[in-house]
Parts: sequence; C-alpha cells; structure tokens
Amino acid sequence: MTAPAPLIEVDSLVKHFPIRKGFFSSSEAGTVRAVDGISFTVARGETLGLVGESGCGKSTTGRLMLRLIDPTSGALRYDGTDLAQISPKQMRERRRELQIIFQDPYSSLNPRMTVESIITEPLVIHGIGNAASRRARAHELLDIVGLARSYANRYPHEFSGGQRQRIGIARALALRPQFVVCDEPVSALDVSIQAQVINLMQDLQKEFGLTYLFISHNLAVIRHIADRVAVMYLGKIVELTDKHSLYTEPKHPYTQALLSAIPIANPDRQRQRVVLTGDVPSPINPPAGCRFHTRCPYAEARCKTMEPPLIDVGGGHRVACHLVQPSA
Amino acid sequence: MTDATATGARFGLFLDRIRRSSLPRRLFRHRLFVTGLTLFLIVLFMAVLAPYLAPHAPNQNNFRYRLGEPNAIHLLGTDNFGRDVLSRVIYGSQVSLRIGFMVVIMNAVFGTLIGASAGYFRKLDNPIMRVMDGLMAFPAILLAIALAATLGPSEFNAVLALTVAYAPRTARIVRASVLVVREMDYVQAALASGAGHLRILFRHVLVNSMAPLLVQLTFIFAVAVLAEAVLSFIGVGPPPPTPTWGNIISEGRNYIREAPWISLFPGIAIAFTVLGLNLLGDGLRDVLDPRMKVETR
Repeated sequence: MTAPAPLIEVDSLVKHFPIRKGFFSSSEAGTVRAVDGISFTVARGETLGLVGESGCGKSTTGRLMLRLIDPTSGALRYDGTDLAQISPKQMRERRRELQIIFQDPYSSLNPRMTVESIITEPLVIHGIGNAASRRARAHELLDIVGLARSYANRYPHEFSGGQRQRIGIARALALRPQFVVCDEPVSALDVSIQAQVINLMQDLQKEFGLTYLFISHNLAVIRHIADRVAVMYLGKIVELTDKHSLYTEPKHPYTQALLSAIPIANPDRQRQRVVLTGDVPSPINPPAGCRFHTRCPYAEARCKTMEPPLIDVGGGHRVACHLVQPSA
Repeated sequence: MTDATATGARFGLFLDRIRRSSLPRRLFRHRLFVTGLTLFLIVLFMAVLAPYLAPHAPNQNNFRYRLGEPNAIHLLGTDNFGRDVLSRVIYGSQVSLRIGFMVVIMNAVFGTLIGASAGYFRKLDNPIMRVMDGLMAFPAILLAIALAATLGPSEFNAVLALTVAYAPRTARIVRASVLVVREMDYVQAALASGAGHLRILFRHVLVNSMAPLLVQLTFIFAVAVLAEAVLSFIGVGPPPPTPTWGNIISEGRNYIREAPWISLFPGIAIAFTVLGLNLLGDGLRDVLDPRMKVETR
C-alpha cells in the first residue's frame, strides 16, 4: 500500500494551559497538559477518527488543528505550510480551506441570525460574491444538506437538533473547504438522527473529496465512518492504526479496555471484559512513565519510569506500550 | 367609511402580529410589566405634553397666593412664591425624564464599551475591571454628589456625575454576559471562518449579550430619577428656579408644617416613576431571562 502525500502532518503538537495563581502575579501555579506531544498524519480524502474519554484532549486537538487556540509548541503542516508559524493574516486566508462542525447544535448557531446569514457569513467574511450570488449559494447549500430552501429566512430556534446540525454542516461547506474537523458532530443527537447525519457527512465527503478529522467518544460511530483511528489517553496518542486492525486486534491495554466496554447485542455471547479500576489521573500532574500505568492491568516496573514511544509494530499499526513488541 | 374599516383592519393585523410574536406577547401577559409600563407612560405623556397639561406657567410668581392650599384654581396648592405646584411637578417630569434618558444612553454607551472591552479582550480585563471595582467601592450616590458638587450645579453635570457613578455597574453586567457569549460555539465558528474581532464582537457577541443590559438600564433609569432628586435636593443638581422634583421638594422643606403639599406631590411623582420603572425592569427580566425569575405570589 503506497501512502499518498498526507494533507495534514501533525508533529509533536503540544498545548499546555497555564493555571494562574492570582490576579497580580503572573507566576503559574501549574499547567494543564491538555495535549502533550502528539504526532499523526491525515491523508487527503480520508477520515481519521480520534477517540478517547472526556478530558483526554480530543477537542483541544481539533481546535489546535484550526488554530482556534495556539499550540504551545510543535508543527502543524497543512499542505506543506506550517500553520503554527504563519501570521494571523495569512492564517485568516487559509481558513477558507479548514472548517469545523461542532458537537452542540444549540450553541453553534447564532440565535439572532437567520439561517441564510449564518450559512453565508463565511462568504461575506472572505468577500466572495454579491448578495444575489450568496443567496443562490445558500439555497444550493440547503439543497446539499437536505433542507428546504424556504428555511433560509428562519431562525435557529425554529429547528430540531438534527436540522440545526445540518445548518452547521452547510455553514462549514460554504467556503468549499478541504479539511473539516468534526468535533463530536453526532453525540448530541438521537440515535436515529445520528445515522442520518453521519450518512450525510459520508456522502458529502465522497462528493466534495473532503478530509475529516472525526472526533468522538463513540466507538461504534468511529467504526462506521473512520478509515484510521487514533486513540488518545491523557493528552497522548496511545494507539494509531487502520480501523480494521484496531477493532479486530487492539494492542494497547487501554484500547482493549475501551473495546471490551462496547455492549454486544447478543445476550448469549460471553466475552472477556477488561474492567479498568480508578479514575483518569489529572492532566495537571500526569503520571510519570506511561500515563496509563496507574490503571493498566499489565503494568511493570519500567512502565512507571520510562515513557513508551509510539512505534510501528508492523503494517503501520502504531502503539505506545512497552509490552507490545514489533512483529517484524 | 371604507377607509376607516381598512385602517381598522390593518391595525387589527398589526395587533395580531404583536400578539403572535412571542416576546411582546409574553411581555404583555406579564401583569407587573404592563402596570409598570402604564405608570411610566403616564409620566412620559406628562413630560411631553407639559405645556398643554400645566394649568399655569411653572415659574410664575403670585405673592397673593403664597403657600396656598390645594383648591379649584391650584389643584395641588401653591408654594412660597405662589407658584402652582401642579404645574411645577408636571414640568419637573421633563427634567427628570431628560436626565434619566441621558444617563441611560450614556450608561449604555460607556458601560457597553468598557464592559465589552474587558470581557472580550482578556488582556484588558484585569486593568479595566480593577479600576471599575475601585469606582464601585465608593457608594454610587456619594460619588455622584461629590462629582456634581465639584463640576458645579447644572443638568449636564448631573448627567455626567451619574454616568460616572453608575457606568461601572453597567460595565460589570455587560462584561459578565460577554464572557459567557464569547465561549459559544458560534463565536468559534466565526473565528474558524476567519472573522475579525470587530465582526465577532458586534455581530455575534454584543447582540447576544443585550438582554441583561436592557434590564439593567431600566433600573439605571429609576435610580437616575431618584438620584437626580437627591442632587437637586442638596443643591448640586440643575439650579433653581428650574422646576425639578428634587428642587421642589427642597424648597418645600422649609414650609413642611404650613404647606406639606409642596413637598408631598413631587415626592409622590418620584415614587410613581421609580415604581413604574422597577416593575418594567422586573417584567423585562422575567421574560428575557426566565432563569433569574423571582417567584412572587
């Protein structure tokens, strides 16, 4: 399998949020290591799924990719340009190619704007077209996401969650982006609506050749939409591989525990549950060595001191665990 | 005839539209809001129609009728210069409402400017808000009196003093709601589309932070009316013989035993106006922000 040139290359991306002590002191009481050195690539036209539990840094990663927050360090190459280095003005220009779809369809649409002005705002910002052509584009986008054109003059509160999410998708598509960060786009929706929205997103990907970073905590959704999956734990990627090998032979103990937690719709089937004990440690003071060692059923002495690198254990299956050896 | 029916029908449609759209409908169902609005409108009409309503000129002396009791010619009696109290109270509403409006507008402008800067540009937050805290540490009415006394008695200076005294409170409220709104996803979406700060501030943040400000401004209006009376009463407001409610009360103070009506009626007018504005504000708050609603029996 020859790897096509990646559209996105993330290299040792770090985001630390400082915790300030008081009003007058600028000294820091500590840092939240939300994202602590992650590297991955996303190929053109593929969907990279990003899973992990609450607070592991998934959403921070998504926002870093669009530079909605500035990284502490690391590189973020998009189509060859390091977005972490360019000026805000250059970045504003690049934003046409990068978009985001949000989790909460209620807070993602400005309640004081009509659907049409929401969808066309990106066009206005970049000075594309005139009022008439923008209106035509809004109608076109409503068609694309499966909403009636007559909705253009309505306000967000008149719509259901699924419809609002479609409006959010239409807005993200307005500038014909190449790369879309989907930050838990279906987590807030009913299961039946989830399927519709996911199918819509897949259709759009095919039609417009979109590249997705699909963030979710729902392994079933990721399995459906992603080509490759990255598993995050406490600001680190612990496993990164194609969907098939992740779901059939997970290597990292954390991934194994996650997958074993998916309920199987068959009461007769027995299976081995890997039940983790304890809570996720605080990202303010993450454990030394392997971050997972406090909860790992197989932890050894070296796990407490040495941090395992994310290495290829064969066939592009990358795992960060001392206990998984490359099957050369 | 047909014209009248057509107009009537159009007016009916207009009323219908108001009744159907949900915000006005909820407002007009709120009994306290309607009461407050009525009280305020009465005062407003009094101010606007003062020249037609007042039976006498407000500053016309008549020494034969000094301290006259209320009677058919002088419905609310006369003061120590024989001036008609009713006319003075009616004209006084002009000054009170003018000052109230000006203070509200100045508060809206400066409070929003300061509060939005502090809430939106995080680096400015601490410097700005600590200064505002400093201003707020001083009792507002004392600050206003001190400023008005320093600047000299005039209507404009009263407005200025009241703005300085109350704008920090408005700024704090605007800042609080800007802080909430700036974290909404639609602001992030606008950022992701490449929107500039001004666009985000005006199109996304401020329009969604207005509800608490609106409520606050009705209270500022009430407070300004009251504070204007205080400033006038102690002689640092618009100078006499300008008929302001505070001035009338202040002048009547010396004759409170012989002619209590001089001070009584402007006092009632103040109470009336402030009550109306407070009810108006309560109603607005209940409807715009149901979470803040205070349960009343």
